[in-house]
Amino acid sequence: MATSAPAPGAAPTEPVAPKARARKLPVRLDRRYLPVLGTFVVLALMLIVGGTRYDNFLTPAVISNLFINNAHLIVLAVGMTFVILTGGIDLSVGSVLALSTVITAALLQAGLPVAVVLPLAVGAGTVIGLAHGVMIHYFQVQPFVATLAGMFFARGLCFLIAPESIAIDDPSFVALASWVQIFGEWRMTSSVLIALIVVGLGFLVLHFTRFGRTVYAIGGGEQSALLMGLPVARTKVLAYVVSGTCAGLGGLLFAMFSRSGYSLTGVAMELDAIAAVVIGGTLLTGGTGFVLGSVLGVLVLGLIQTIITFEGTLSSWWTKIVIGVLLLIFVALQRVLSLRRT
Amino acid sequence: MTQQTTPPVVEMTGISVEFPPVKALDGVDFSLRPGEIHALMGENGAGKSTLIKALTGIHSPTAGTIRVDGVERRFSGPADARAHGVSTVYQEVNLCENLTVAENIMLGAEPRVLGGLNWRAIGRQAATHLERMGLDIDPGSSLGSHSLAVQQLVAICRATVGDCKVLILDEPTSSLDTDEVAHLFTVMRALRDDGVAILFVSHFLDQVYEVSDRMTVLRNGTLVGEFVTAELPASELVQHMIGRSMDVLEAAEEVLEQAERPADATPLLQVVGLGRKGSVQPFDLDLYEGEVVGLAGLLGSGRTELARLLTGADRADAGQARVSGKPTRLRNPRAAMRHRIAYTSEDRKGEGVVDGLTVRENIVLALQAERGWMRPLPRKQVDELVAKYIQQLGIRPADPEALLRNLSGGNQQKVLLARWLATAPKLLVLDEPTRGIDVGAKAEIQKLVAELAADGMSVVFISAELEEVLRISHRIAVLRDRRKVAEIDGNRASMDQVVELIAGGGAA
Repeated sequence: MATSAPAPGAAPTEPVAPKARARKLPVRLDRRYLPVLGTFVVLALMLIVGGTRYDNFLTPAVISNLFINNAHLIVLAVGMTFVILTGGIDLSVGSVLALSTVITAALLQAGLPVAVVLPLAVGAGTVIGLAHGVMIHYFQVQPFVATLAGMFFARGLCFLIAPESIAIDDPSFVALASWVQIFGEWRMTSSVLIALIVVGLGFLVLHFTRFGRTVYAIGGGEQSALLMGLPVARTKVLAYVVSGTCAGLGGLLFAMFSRSGYSLTGVAMELDAIAAVVIGGTLLTGGTGFVLGSVLGVLVLGLIQTIITFEGTLSSWWTKIVIGVLLLIFVALQRVLSLRRT
Repeated sequence: MTQQTTPPVVEMTGISVEFPPVKALDGVDFSLRPGEIHALMGENGAGKSTLIKALTGIHSPTAGTIRVDGVERRFSGPADARAHGVSTVYQEVNLCENLTVAENIMLGAEPRVLGGLNWRAIGRQAATHLERMGLDIDPGSSLGSHSLAVQQLVAICRATVGDCKVLILDEPTSSLDTDEVAHLFTVMRALRDDGVAILFVSHFLDQVYEVSDRMTVLRNGTLVGEFVTAELPASELVQHMIGRSMDVLEAAEEVLEQAERPADATPLLQVVGLGRKGSVQPFDLDLYEGEVVGLAGLLGSGRTELARLLTGADRADAGQARVSGKPTRLRNPRAAMRHRIAYTSEDRKGEGVVDGLTVRENIVLALQAERGWMRPLPRKQVDELVAKYIQQLGIRPADPEALLRNLSGGNQQKVLLARWLATAPKLLVLDEPTRGIDVGAKAEIQKLVAELAADGMSVVFISAELEEVLRISHRIAVLRDRRKVAEIDGNRASMDQVVELIAGGGAA
């Protein structure tokens, strides 16, 4: 960028302030919403294509299942959004999710009441997230490395607790898991309800609290945030705590879904979560993105799976290929947008 | 002038800051009164930044007391200082480009309802603050969409939110154009009249004289004195700052006078209709041996872009170049280097020095690159070369193994110069070699340029400071709106003439 000092007595240049009148805040179609809009368009296109190609595709049952099957991933993606917004990454969420399922199953098997087990399972994620945050902020460990360590640690812990899959037959847990609300042909399970609440909370926290805005500020420039006198340390640690807690909660939802706890669940699920967040329009460099975008990202991933199931003849590995292509397109799109901005 | 009777809002006495073994500040006294603009002057390394950092709690003084509003304080950091009414705006804009203007102003002090942010009130209050600064921009627009100047003003706007008694402006003007500086000064004066004490740090003497009421001069970590601006002539100020007289500056001018070009010489580099779409419109330029050609123009007028075409840093899409009469294509910097054309970028940090390497490594970089990695320079030859340039250019510290990041801006620039001088260039293109460095180093570099030209080198000199361009150039090419609009004789040109050309009022 060409910057220069003024020459003494030099000629007038362009006016200092561009003309623009104050408009209403913050609702307006900004550039920042473009990536999310893109995700939305892709989702809509997929629904239209699916709907015209297959019978029984655009039905309440299919859409309900989309949410039911992906409730845990939605929760993971919300947590991941916080971390990625600060410019970090959390590679441990898949393992922490598995740990949470194993803790839930093992403790329920040991006969502990649900009211004790559930907070413990979620709390395990919180503690691991706190450890990440402290390592990353106070010991200056790269987020990638710190959470990679956490990923191995949590996965190892799973096997230590229970090498084999444990089925959950605790009656009150089963009752909780099978709670369902039916609106006509639409179904909403308890896990979907929880996921939606988490999304709502995530949105409110990011947009209507100082903590949330500080998350964005750190992503925009950590040094700047520090010099602006914002509580960078607390906020950064909290972002990882949020992600860890979401992973713990995600494990609970997954345990409700699968009625079991198993050490090998959620292998590479952190990558699904990251993919969902990126497809949802959040920049990996931090500072730009929305929780709602991440939800759309999860729905896109889920819908790919659904379409491939409907296709019938395709191997389910095509899901991975399509996700890869989509990721590439979205990252390229973001690059173009950010280039245009500068 | 400020009355002696007003009690100071900031009073620092006997402040010492040590980074063993260096004493960065040694028993410095400083006081700041409400309703004044107080300039803090000194060369690079004089201790200006250290003093500011001691005040705002980034460094903790080893001795001395700091009183704010009569109460002795040691702030724990910028946030703490700000909470007590001492705000700082730094040279680099430390805001978040991804957020809106309103958020950047209000972040950390947002009005809330029921525990949640009140966006409507945030927008309204931000708008009030912007209005007070005379900034007519949409608070809801994202900060990144505004120019650096506006961002700087937004940063000041942020600093004045809440109870701001002391505003520290550290080099706020270094990236602003004349109009923007004028706007900034208007804002500063308005704040001063509201009773805010403003501490102003700038390298530009004329700006300091224009806006400040009093000044404190530091040299080598010690206090030289406190002066009333109106009573201190600029020449005396410079003497206080550098501890020597203006002789060095005048020497550069004398060397220049001697150079004369034979009437029918072949240009070292001749370009005809050279241009690049979206960068510079086609221009002609002849560069002769032993001559300094200055490029004058405003920010964004195409100065740097022109230099980049001359040196192959950008590829021209029109026109021809001849080196010593032979047609040549300057496709990339490597090709230019083969023709002994060297270029130092204006972006010293980004495109110039490698700050993690030593002085020695930085100096031989270009020479080694030219030889190729297969033929390393013998260590003995390297040492001789490095010692020669350290001595010749007066690089300090005179230690070949010093890491470049530990050198001051002026010395980094000298290392960069040494790197290209080591390749024995015939044409040296210097883009803003004196930006952000102190008066003494500036004079030394100007003198060096004049001497190089006297020895037969052709030099293209770019600077935002017109005075400097006028002083050392034999010829001046004036640029406006990405077009070369005139070429004038440097010895006969006057400041007014060049300014008029830049403004477009003169013959185009």
